[in-house]
Amino acid sequence: MKEVELNTTTINFGPQHPAAHGVLRLVVELEGEVVQRAEPHIGLLHRGTEKLIEYKTYLQAVPYFDRLDYVSPMCQEHAFALATENLLGINVPERAKYIRVIFAEITRILNHLLNIPAYAADIGAVTPFLWCFEEREKLLEFHEAVSGARFHAAYFRPGGVHQDMPEGMEEKLFDHFKTLPKFIDDLESLLTNNRILRQRSVDIGIISKLEAIEWGCSGPVLRSAGVAWDLRRSQPYDAYDQVDFEVPVGKKGDCFDRYLVRIEEMRQSISIINQCLNKIKPGPISIEDNKITPPKRNQMKKSMEALIHHFKLFTEGYRVPAGQVYSAVEAPKGEFGVYLVSDGSSKPYRCKIRAPGFAHLQTLDHLSKGHLMADIAAILGSLDIVFGEIDR
Amino acid sequence: MIKFLTKIDGINNILENNNLLEIEFKKNNIIKIFNELRDNTELNFNQLLDITAVDYPSREFRFDLIYILQSLTKNKKIILKTFIKENENIESITNIHKSADWYERECYDLFGIEFINHPDLRRIMTDYNFEGYPLRKDFPLTGHTEVRYDDLEKKVIYEPVKLTQEFRNFDSESPWEGMENKLFGDEKSTGEN
Repeated sequence: MKEVELNTTTINFGPQHPAAHGVLRLVVELEGEVVQRAEPHIGLLHRGTEKLIEYKTYLQAVPYFDRLDYVSPMCQEHAFALATENLLGINVPERAKYIRVIFAEITRILNHLLNIPAYAADIGAVTPFLWCFEEREKLLEFHEAVSGARFHAAYFRPGGVHQDMPEGMEEKLFDHFKTLPKFIDDLESLLTNNRILRQRSVDIGIISKLEAIEWGCSGPVLRSAGVAWDLRRSQPYDAYDQVDFEVPVGKKGDCFDRYLVRIEEMRQSISIINQCLNKIKPGPISIEDNKITPPKRNQMKKSMEALIHHFKLFTEGYRVPAGQVYSAVEAPKGEFGVYLVSDGSSKPYRCKIRAPGFAHLQTLDHLSKGHLMADIAAILGSLDIVFGEIDR
Repeated sequence: MIKFLTKIDGINNILENNNLLEIEFKKNNIIKIFNELRDNTELNFNQLLDITAVDYPSREFRFDLIYILQSLTKNKKIILKTFIKENENIESITNIHKSADWYERECYDLFGIEFINHPDLRRIMTDYNFEGYPLRKDFPLTGHTEVRYDDLEKKVIYEPVKLTQEFRNFDSESPWEGMENKLFGDEKSTGEN
């Protein structure tokens, strides 16, 4: 019998490629069309956020968190706010907690409304993309109404939230989330039973329970593998212990399960928002200590004390007691953590950001081994990769 | 849990604050400690969340090396800490936790801490051919080089950083708050004369 020697081909994927979800350079080793090795080269979007934060006051550091994972900005501010509050030893008022939960969940829906259609677009469906963007726009209006910005909100600040929701916002939110479940049903009717979607995602990129834990996966990726782990449930922060919700889990841990988990998470988010809207009561939205949160504008016009506080707060900032803390939140993509070290000054000594996508992208080589080249796009899409947070 | 942790060899100091356990350990015992933390059924720290470092240039043991572990069964997070000198290296734990691979690479890239027996210790965040370790405190915020596209050479070229305006780092900290209760001349009033 004649021996045939198989040659592997090495190809370069990205950094400028629509399916790379940003600036990912992949060096893929193929045998025919079968992937032998996929090696991600990351760091093309590295901006040195952690270094920059060391030169900024705690308040000035908040906007950097919007720019990490730019499709789920508020959840990341949340992690930083919690870490700083933990070091300061303060407890935010009830209303602020509910507002934070409402907006963290809106952010979760926003994130999934981008990830799901982007994933669908990667494997051939264009319509969901157009539908979801319309729906995202409506949700972004809520972001804009409270913070003045659609994306880079800087709304969750250490000590509470920046400003109260405008009048009538509760009713508007309530009305909107009455209609959203219908949209999710419609979205599912396009995708869930679609033959192409199933062919491209069922049994693709399987990750087992044990592997998912070993590789440091979290969020929908971990849950799709069948691990019922959600920080909102297991280590509740803010008002999450006041609400009732279910944690969807997958069976197989393939791309299709990850998609289903995200769809169900949106429904749970709507339920959480509705519960919060029923429970939220009027009250202060940030702690009333002008050493940490700025005084109201009309106070500043009358009181010298308030003016001084305002000036000191926005030039010097506040001093945070020395210590270290690790706070994590369940961001839409998984566990987003902030490890904060303070030396007692008004600037963080070290701020390490734990991005869920960093751990997820690491599994790519393992997940894509033995699959076809085209499946890499599907796996990447299902892992929910955003380079802002991975490269930091 | 603390009872089981104190039994492990090489663990020096256990601090509990803010619902978080901070543990100091000896770097020579790292492999044994991490194996024990993962395999002991009472602890079961099965997920490595992150590895990072903190730089204190004035200390002899310059870096704090931080490991953050999570137990999904016990619902607990711990921070492990060890101290490392500037040119010292430490055993890699990629054989115990797979996720350590990139975390260690990142730590090597940004701090210059070397991990022995790491399968592929290369830079990960910074540019190809980058020099220096950006997260060390003696590395300037602006960096050393900048890039631009050169129209004549038809390629991207590297040049030393030119700032159009001097780097400004305002020290706005008030000298009054947190001041030690000492004024110039105080020493005269306490003396014998």
